[in-house]
Amino acid sequence: MDFNDTPEEAAFRTEARAFLEKHLEPKGAKPLRQRISGEAFMREAKAWQKIKAENGFAQITWPKEIGGRGGTPMQQVIWNQEESQFDAPTGPFAIGLGMCVPTVIAFGSDAHKKRYVRPALTGEEIWCQLFSEPAAGSDVAGVKTRAVRNGDDWVINGQKVWTTGAHFSDFGIVLCRTDPKQPKHKGLTMFIVNMKDPGVEARPIHQASGGREFNEVYFSDVRIPDSDRLGEVGAGWKVALVTLMNERLAVGGSPGPDWAEIMDYARKAGTLGDTAFREKLADWYVAAQGYKLTKFRSQTALSRGETPGPENSIGKIITANQLQDICNEAIEMQGHYGLMVDEDTMPADALFQRSFMWAPGLRIAGGTDEILKNIIAERVLGLPQDVRVDKSVPFDELKQG
Amino acid sequence: MNFDFSEDQKFLRDEARKFLTAQCPSTAVRAVLDAEDITHDAKLWSQIGEMGWLGAAIPEEHGGLGLGMLELCVIAEELGRVLAPVPFSSTVYMLAETLKLAGSEGQKAALLPKLASGEVIGALALSEGPGEPDPASLSVRFEGGKLTGTKIPVTDGDIASHAVVLAAEGSGASLVLVDLNAGGVVRNPVKTLDPTRSHAELVFDGTPAERLGEAGAGAGLLGQLLDRVAVLLAFEQLGGASRCLEMATDYAKERYAFGRPIGGNQAIKHKLAEMYVKNEVARSNCFYGAWALSSDAPEMPEAAAAARLAASEAYWFAAKENIQTHGGMGFTWEVDAHLYYRRAKLLAVQAGAPKVWKEKLIRALETKNAA
Repeated sequence: MDFNDTPEEAAFRTEARAFLEKHLEPKGAKPLRQRISGEAFMREAKAWQKIKAENGFAQITWPKEIGGRGGTPMQQVIWNQEESQFDAPTGPFAIGLGMCVPTVIAFGSDAHKKRYVRPALTGEEIWCQLFSEPAAGSDVAGVKTRAVRNGDDWVINGQKVWTTGAHFSDFGIVLCRTDPKQPKHKGLTMFIVNMKDPGVEARPIHQASGGREFNEVYFSDVRIPDSDRLGEVGAGWKVALVTLMNERLAVGGSPGPDWAEIMDYARKAGTLGDTAFREKLADWYVAAQGYKLTKFRSQTALSRGETPGPENSIGKIITANQLQDICNEAIEMQGHYGLMVDEDTMPADALFQRSFMWAPGLRIAGGTDEILKNIIAERVLGLPQDVRVDKSVPFDELKQG
Repeated sequence: MNFDFSEDQKFLRDEARKFLTAQCPSTAVRAVLDAEDITHDAKLWSQIGEMGWLGAAIPEEHGGLGLGMLELCVIAEELGRVLAPVPFSSTVYMLAETLKLAGSEGQKAALLPKLASGEVIGALALSEGPGEPDPASLSVRFEGGKLTGTKIPVTDGDIASHAVVLAAEGSGASLVLVDLNAGGVVRNPVKTLDPTRSHAELVFDGTPAERLGEAGAGAGLLGQLLDRVAVLLAFEQLGGASRCLEMATDYAKERYAFGRPIGGNQAIKHKLAEMYVKNEVARSNCFYGAWALSSDAPEMPEAAAAARLAASEAYWFAAKENIQTHGGMGFTWEVDAHLYYRRAKLLAVQAGAPKVWKEKLIRALETKNAA
């Protein structure tokens, strides 16, 4: 039992680190508030993605024929660990390369792969995932966005919501209802959609946190050629499951202050001696450490060339709730003063306050706490599925509300 | 990254599970539970001795197998799964580890071989009354080679041949070793929440004893000892918690109410999912504790505390919610759920309750941060 790389892993880590040092500054070299955003960030992000792609670091596990490295999942883990030590402009490509493009690769034609994979890999084109709708969140198979066949095309009308990056994306995969007479899982079909089509409108959602990072997307008579269908007509759910399986591999951590940050704050504030606080701090440490070490267990399986067990599914349930609790505790520790949100004057640049308003979203995004617990109960423990009154009923006869 | 047990260690686990499933069914645990005069499963104890488990982590020069602490962790988890009613933890985690940590060459040579062969049963005597014993104000005293005072309760105190006792000496505290069969000790059995493990009050009245380690070094040695004990007990707790999750899950699939298995209801599904999350947090922290224990890592204080805390929390939650999932059946004497509930409590408090370990953990993090 040890935490060491194998000689092959160590060699790859050295190579990755040397490459990163050549191109990027270490994290923390620039203060948080001097970081760029908006269009300037996107330019840098695209440039960095191109460099990665040209040097075989963009999608390490993808085969070389499609521009990957042909590497192991453990090498991808090592790359992620090393890249996170640097001030790398990542983010805009995660959904496309992590979820959408793998779906295109799995279900698309050779023409699709030729057309879409390379520009996504080099950062020239960005993808988004158009699944959730106002009436189809956890129950995503209940989407209502309609695709109606018209000659060689499909005509799309409807609304998607919580679409990350829709406003800067070039393409998306969109889950549509093609046959409302079928039970809900059976009448769905997946398409590739051009996000620059005049019938596609992305509007930012004004989030509870005050920001506008997510979008709702409206489709008005958007024509999609049948050749841009992914999978069979009516097989959209099967296609969506492949995308979602990739999503579940991607979610886990929740960015924001952890036990070390609140401990540091309490020390500075002189409240670290409080017994009740110390007991909470111990609980946070144990759970956070538990998740971190659980990832090490999964990585051990990867390193041995095995498939990791289901243990990683505990991640977001732990981290999102803990983030919320830690922010709440820090604010209450600050008392009335803790209500204030000014980044220039508040302790820790108001990180606790900002994350306090993000935390509710993290408990919902990428699978709510409740859905994640259902997944553990059903797929890990083998417990029966919930009662599904809608499973065999034609979609257009279902109760809506 | 190699954060897992080896193939050999997994083989040992599989063999241990097979052996204990056959030799320690719940009827064996209940035999100790139900009969006032049965203190432990003597047959199982001698079989465990024959398997060499008592000496798994004792060097070969002292009659052990000379395997290592990781192997002991593997065995501990399996013993915890089946609630083995034997004085394994008292003898191996507590007495043997004290001797390895603080014993003189003479003490080790005299006791470790007998311990490995099953002739010696150990006990660790700390508690004197409600709350954690404070090394600065102990009532049991060791002066001039004689021990005086009362320890209560002492796990396996009625069957042990040798006890490690925390006692005041001069102005400090020391660890001392007592041969309980040499006379001068009154042992009074005491009833506890977990009758599957025996407990006693030990009354010393000028009882001959010998010191382990330096005079006044008791508090420091005890701290080191309890870090080691914590990891090993955590594996027993993990085994028990895992078994509770299995029992609850199996029952939730079999038990029908309102026309379907109760495990189809989210109130039960989510409860069991939470149990799974806590058990995985415990397993990962236990692995880290095992790594620190087996490699003498400087991270041992926080690793031991986190393993113990995670495992105590997981076992408590799993044991109480296992009863709850079983409904009325879970509250009957016949269903084993209460045996785990009882054992969960014994293991959570016997070497420092969670509150104590939380404070130890935060102190360790403060020390690390200051360094």
